[in-house]
Amino acid sequence: MELSEHIKTANVEDVTLRRPFHPALRGTLCVTSHHLLFSDRKDEDSWQLLILLRNIDATEKSVENLFGYPRAVGSSGTITIKCKDLLVLQLEIPGMEECLNIASSIEALSALESVTEMYPFFHRPSHLTLHGPWGLSSTEKYYKQTERLWDRWRVSTVNSDYSVCPSYPHAVIVPREVDDEKLVQSARFRQGGRFPVLSYCHHRNGMVIMRSSQPLTGANRKRCKEDELLLQAVIDGSVLGYIIDLRSTQQAQQARMTGGGFESKSCYSHWKRIHRHHERGKVLQESLIKLVEACSDPSHSVDRWLSKLENSKWLSHVHSALSTAGLVVECVERDGHSVLVHGSEGTDSTLVVSSLAQLILHPASRTLTGFLGLLERDWIQAGHPFQQRCAHSAYSHARLKQECPSFLLLLDCVWQVWRQFPLALEFSEALLLRLAQEVYASNYGTFLCNNEQERCAAGVKENTHCLFQSLLSPDIEEQYLNPLYEPTDLAIWPSVHPQSLQLWTGLFLRWTEYAQNMEEAREEVWSIVKKHRERAGPDRTNNTPSTHCDTLTPFENLMDELTIL
Amino acid sequence: MEHIRTPKVEQVKLLDRFSNKSVTGTLHLTATHLIFVESNSASAQEIWILHHHIASVEKLSLTTSGCPLLIQCRNFRLVHFVIPRERDCHDIYSSLLRLLRPVSYDELYAFSYNPKQNDQQREEGWQLIDLAAEFERMGVPCDQWQMTDVNREYKVCKTYPRDLYVPITASKPIIVGSSKFRSKGRFPVLTYFYQEKKAAVCRCSQPLSGFSARCLEDEHMLQAISKANHNSRYIYVMDTRPKLNALANRAAGKGYENEDNYSNIRFQFVGIENIHVMRGSLQKLLEVVGTRSLSMPDYLVGLENSGWLRHIKAIMDAAIFLAKAVTVEGASVLVHCSDGWDRTAQVCALGSLLMDPNYRTIKGFMVLIEKDWISFGHKFADRCDQLYIDPKEVSPIFTQFLECVWQLTEQFPQAFEFSEWFLIQIHEHIHSCQFGNFLGNNQRQREDLQLKERTYSLWAHLLNEKQLYLNPLYSPSFAESHPVLEPSTQAYHFKFWRNMYHQYDRSMHPRQSILKQVLTLKESNRELEATVQALKTKLQKFGVSTSPLKPKTPPTERSLPPRPRSLILGAPLLSRKEVQQEEDEEVFGEEALEDPPASTGGERTVEGSSATENGYGDLPGSFGPKNEPTVVTLEFGVARMTC
Repeated sequence: MELSEHIKTANVEDVTLRRPFHPALRGTLCVTSHHLLFSDRKDEDSWQLLILLRNIDATEKSVENLFGYPRAVGSSGTITIKCKDLLVLQLEIPGMEECLNIASSIEALSALESVTEMYPFFHRPSHLTLHGPWGLSSTEKYYKQTERLWDRWRVSTVNSDYSVCPSYPHAVIVPREVDDEKLVQSARFRQGGRFPVLSYCHHRNGMVIMRSSQPLTGANRKRCKEDELLLQAVIDGSVLGYIIDLRSTQQAQQARMTGGGFESKSCYSHWKRIHRHHERGKVLQESLIKLVEACSDPSHSVDRWLSKLENSKWLSHVHSALSTAGLVVECVERDGHSVLVHGSEGTDSTLVVSSLAQLILHPASRTLTGFLGLLERDWIQAGHPFQQRCAHSAYSHARLKQECPSFLLLLDCVWQVWRQFPLALEFSEALLLRLAQEVYASNYGTFLCNNEQERCAAGVKENTHCLFQSLLSPDIEEQYLNPLYEPTDLAIWPSVHPQSLQLWTGLFLRWTEYAQNMEEAREEVWSIVKKHRERAGPDRTNNTPSTHCDTLTPFENLMDELTIL
Repeated sequence: MEHIRTPKVEQVKLLDRFSNKSVTGTLHLTATHLIFVESNSASAQEIWILHHHIASVEKLSLTTSGCPLLIQCRNFRLVHFVIPRERDCHDIYSSLLRLLRPVSYDELYAFSYNPKQNDQQREEGWQLIDLAAEFERMGVPCDQWQMTDVNREYKVCKTYPRDLYVPITASKPIIVGSSKFRSKGRFPVLTYFYQEKKAAVCRCSQPLSGFSARCLEDEHMLQAISKANHNSRYIYVMDTRPKLNALANRAAGKGYENEDNYSNIRFQFVGIENIHVMRGSLQKLLEVVGTRSLSMPDYLVGLENSGWLRHIKAIMDAAIFLAKAVTVEGASVLVHCSDGWDRTAQVCALGSLLMDPNYRTIKGFMVLIEKDWISFGHKFADRCDQLYIDPKEVSPIFTQFLECVWQLTEQFPQAFEFSEWFLIQIHEHIHSCQFGNFLGNNQRQREDLQLKERTYSLWAHLLNEKQLYLNPLYSPSFAESHPVLEPSTQAYHFKFWRNMYHQYDRSMHPRQSILKQVLTLKESNRELEATVQALKTKLQKFGVSTSPLKPKTPPTERSLPPRPRSLILGAPLLSRKEVQQEEDEEVFGEEALEDPPASTGGERTVEGSSATENGYGDLPGSFGPKNEPTVVTLEFGVARMTC
């Protein structure tokens, strides 16, 4: 079925658009295969609103005069559009039939299943050409950049045809002494074939963060020699490594009943296992839904708001993600041990924790390029199933399937880190907001599909543009930069006291009046910084001494309440 | 001095409140301060605690490592010492018990505090704030309002100031009659005049109406207030109490205005709870946030159960109502609660702040506090427990006001000249009793105490350190485009004020501060600008045309001004005076110094006289001859502990 067949009414005149905190506008509404376009059709300064249909999470329609005469004068309908970026719009459409047609087109076209029908495959901006280099980072590049790895680690292409692990990229980093045959065996012993691979190597002491899925020990405590050897090779000479299991002890025990399990002390004698409970999947999605609901009801009293905020548990999830990431950092940086992180599937909270830990540890991943590269390696190539997880956002009434805002949780945690270290990240809140939007609906192919294998099959690289590259293009890069950036070499441990964490107002209250004041304040900061750069001369700005390093002495910089030993 | 039995204890452990860390050091007890000096020389931190700041001292049961002493401060600091010998602990404990309960005003720190100023400087300090000038700025006296001398001798109302402003048509008999019908004689007087609409904000205490009493003079008084404003036929009477409380007061012969007896009033309850509820609420809040390894759900539930933010919102709602009535409807408003010195002060002050951009500047905010809180008799001595008289009178009313202002600064980052550190510093000093401003309960008492002759003014001190409290994002043009602030009162805008209630819990704070960074940049901008100006003048002296050169030639190469190691989050301590002066001399020689650019010159005076800066250099090693205890509260309080 052609996309255009879904469109019964393409154009309606005299539509009234209502947005929060803006006066109502009258204009023309158009529906195309991928967009909803509203224009007030004024000759000068005409104002347009272009919404990707993919961005629409839910629509509600109410039609007056349903049983009256069709096309009677005054019959009209209202469509409420709730977007995945949390914007809510209202359209008043004259003519009942038109209204129903438009609503059904939106519903059909916003829920396209086939990847190749999605807009990124049609987005052809004039300034970009296809077939250029795609993406910023890859396993091979990371290996090449990280000299510390060359000695003991190698790039394995055992998964080049995606048969060993369908959700891994074609190349992964593993210990040099473990051959591909052993990897295949280990993969059979891990859920979804996600055998332990290297995610990060600490620049200071060579300790590594590995990630995987749970071992399939099952009820009768199966073992896998190769898996044990693989982990033994990871810690090599040192005495101890930590396995951070992102499930409670009880959950891990229960997982054995369904064929999963955990690394037992007797089989992995040099590894110490720590359990930290993390919510995933449906629970996390419901948490987001509750939070957004609480944020969108302005009539709450303070008490009700606080109780709803608590009830959503979102901040608790932020809290546990940050504390576990802090725990990983503590193991790697302070105690000098390697860490293996996994939950059950190793595609969600595992990635949140491992990438947050890198952000805290590694100065390079706090730059704009570095952060995007990190996301590319640790989320996109590592096989976070974006298409399943981000099919719907907080407003959708559809029955939940695989949706889960793990990526949003990561962005929130990064925002919390930025709040506490406002000078340490090169990118700004605007970047996080942009990513939060792009992950649900995008002109670019970056977040399409669930893993590299699917992306290859769909020809994503050949037929779409790369978001990350476009974010780095010089003309738009600046808006995603942090004007106050001062690189620091140290680990940036965030405080995880509940008093230190806050609701991410920039995202969850994005469409309120409040956002505007904040925007003006941000502009003021930029103008002060620019003035300074102008006055101080260009050579000064390039090597601004990192004056804040003194506030970040390692002594003060330790996280306080994490104790593992 | 005679109360101090053990002036010094060594090997005392200071435990961190929220972790298992501890540091060892020496504890000193002086007549005014309790001082802890860490022995580790590398990071030697010092903690200076003013006795007046201590709210309670508790001796916990003996442990193997020593005798724990728990000290709670009114500025929300909590220190936990472990003293090796029980005897020492007991000595310190009993000395503190005596020292923290001064029996007379004369024992307060303000009367012994001497910042090395001469009498003239002190006098100037007290003259900084002039309320008569402030009323003049508002446009009073005018054809409808005049100053009355009825309270010159504090005969009509003991808790009001001498100079009061009333409608022209309110004659003396009316005033006196009205005052007899009002609780504590606090009859309706003007506190803010909104010139644009000629609308007045007046304040008073509750009427002694009981169930049916009325008073013609009081009715006339309200009539006169109403008549003084031609823009509106009616005035609002805001009773800031919950209706139930007002009803209960009727049984005691007090109560609220009966709309039938007063012509053209619109009566409104706004439901702010009383001092006892507020005290309990803060206590609950502090209990929750003081819990170790607090979980996120417990924190949010505790925040909700304390009701603190609900009370903050109630005050804000009332102030917004007031501001709307005055600025939008152009109606005059009369505000009262029971005695008219707690809730009334909160609402009038916050309402004026919303209406008048002037109160959002540093100087203006001082004037506002001086007017609505100090002169109109908010009972600082009782509410802040200065003399330890009646714990039932203690209540964080003023703290709530400061917090409301903070909530506004969060919503309007460009509207205020000051940052939150200004508010926090003021809060420090309502309890410190180091300056005379907040001592006593009302103006009459302050005159009896001869505060202006015997103590110093906080405002002069704060203005000297103005640099520390600036908000770098403040934009006067914002005030022009938003003369009246219209804050949103949606629940999610009310946040927990971490920097106030956890000021001293360093582990909780961001490790880097945007505020500080931007301030430094701004400062450096200004200096560069000044350098350009100076170079220009110099060039002109040599007869060189500056116009083509100016933008191209960057000033002499200089590194960024050294940022002091202080960790105060809000404000950089400007220790670059010397640096700059030296450089000025190098670059420009004497001419430049003779004729310094105006901006630098002015600023230098401020910096130069900032005691903070001078005291900073010798911070780590030498604590003995600490001659600037003023600084100490800031330095060691905010600066060392915050981050």
